[in-house]
Amino acid sequence: MSHDHEHDHDHDHGQDVPSDTALRVKALESLLIEKGLVDPAALDAVVDTYENKIGPRNGARIVARAWTDPDYKARLMGDATAAIAEMGYTGAQGEHMVVVENTPEVHNLVVCTLCSCYPWPVLGLPPVWYKSSAYRSRAVIEPRGVLNEFGLSVPDDVAVRVWDSTAEIRYLVLPERPAGTDGMDAEALAALVTRDAMVGVAKVAGPAAKEGA
Amino acid sequence: MNGVHDMGGMHGFGPVEPEANEPVFHAPWEGRVLALRRAAGAWRRWNIDAGRHSIERLPPADYLRMSYYEKWLASSIRLMLDAGLITPQELATGRRDPTSPIATPPLTADKVPVAIAAGGPTLRQISAQPRFATGAAVRARDINPTGHTRLPRYVRGRQGVIECHHGAHVFPDSNSRFEGEKPQYLYTVRFAARELWGDSAHASDSVHLDLWEDYLNAA
Repeated sequence: MSHDHEHDHDHDHGQDVPSDTALRVKALESLLIEKGLVDPAALDAVVDTYENKIGPRNGARIVARAWTDPDYKARLMGDATAAIAEMGYTGAQGEHMVVVENTPEVHNLVVCTLCSCYPWPVLGLPPVWYKSSAYRSRAVIEPRGVLNEFGLSVPDDVAVRVWDSTAEIRYLVLPERPAGTDGMDAEALAALVTRDAMVGVAKVAGPAAKEGA
Repeated sequence: MNGVHDMGGMHGFGPVEPEANEPVFHAPWEGRVLALRRAAGAWRRWNIDAGRHSIERLPPADYLRMSYYEKWLASSIRLMLDAGLITPQELATGRRDPTSPIATPPLTADKVPVAIAAGGPTLRQISAQPRFATGAAVRARDINPTGHTRLPRYVRGRQGVIECHHGAHVFPDSNSRFEGEKPQYLYTVRFAARELWGDSAHASDSVHLDLWEDYLNAA
């Protein structure tokens, strides 16, 4: 993975020499397997689930359906947990879901100042920046400054609502549907929806803007 | 606890730095740490709140220096030692104490999809009625518990408005100490940004937190 070298705690130093941390994890895993405490196949299954099966495409399908199916959107805004479960997304770190809608008057932004709570079933595991001290400390006190750094300038007449995930309620932002997408079906719309838009640090760009970017 | 983990409103951490095309894991060991915590957690010797508290109790300098999965690794070892799943001697040698029995893992590969899809809901049924109605003015209590709490410092003593309740949920403060779930109503409370940060905040902005009844007084 080409990005390993941007995180000097996280990667293996040198070409083939495992890091101290990698060796410690390997030793711990071997001990737990030897003691019969964990099943190595279960470990593989957990890694595979989060690496390959659960991710922001799930959330994008929720958003696209909400944009195209008014009855679904009503259910989603009324009981997000049930409406998201309809689409097959449930469970760990998304047991209780709330969807907050961006409008011309309101922009929503999700953070967890105390740890890194994030809606795993619909967005997968959180990116490093979401878990960073910079984001956790600043999103609540200067959300507009943080959004500016993401390239999103929120006008003065739009209210910013920050959602600090202090309990087991997990938040998903329903972004505004971009202009120029009138004829598009849910699948094509889902392809436009980004993780960042569902956390609230970006807007969804229309198809023309995406091609031009 | 008034730990360094409670960082809402702090200054000095610099810009947020997104990484383009970020992989799910930056090294294979990160995924193993996630999986080990999940698999060891299936022994149910601790709960999510005790798990969070074990991360908060890392020395502050370590907490700030370590990556997310390094913190998980350190805290998972702490939890497993405290629960007696492993001994310090086993951890040091990397080998099972030959006098200890060999266990049968509770989480096997076939159970992983169901376990992840089920998660650990915290909603509970209680007979009490909610103390606060939607629209009620409340003030977050000014408390400084030395144990785990989900009431951040930046809202303590501040006034907000009840937006809604989410039913009764497991109370992290007691659950983290293994003193029972003490389920109680959980409310979304809206705080005006200016109530929290003063006049430099934008007049129409707000911060919303999910707070348990024991964290709140009527304003």
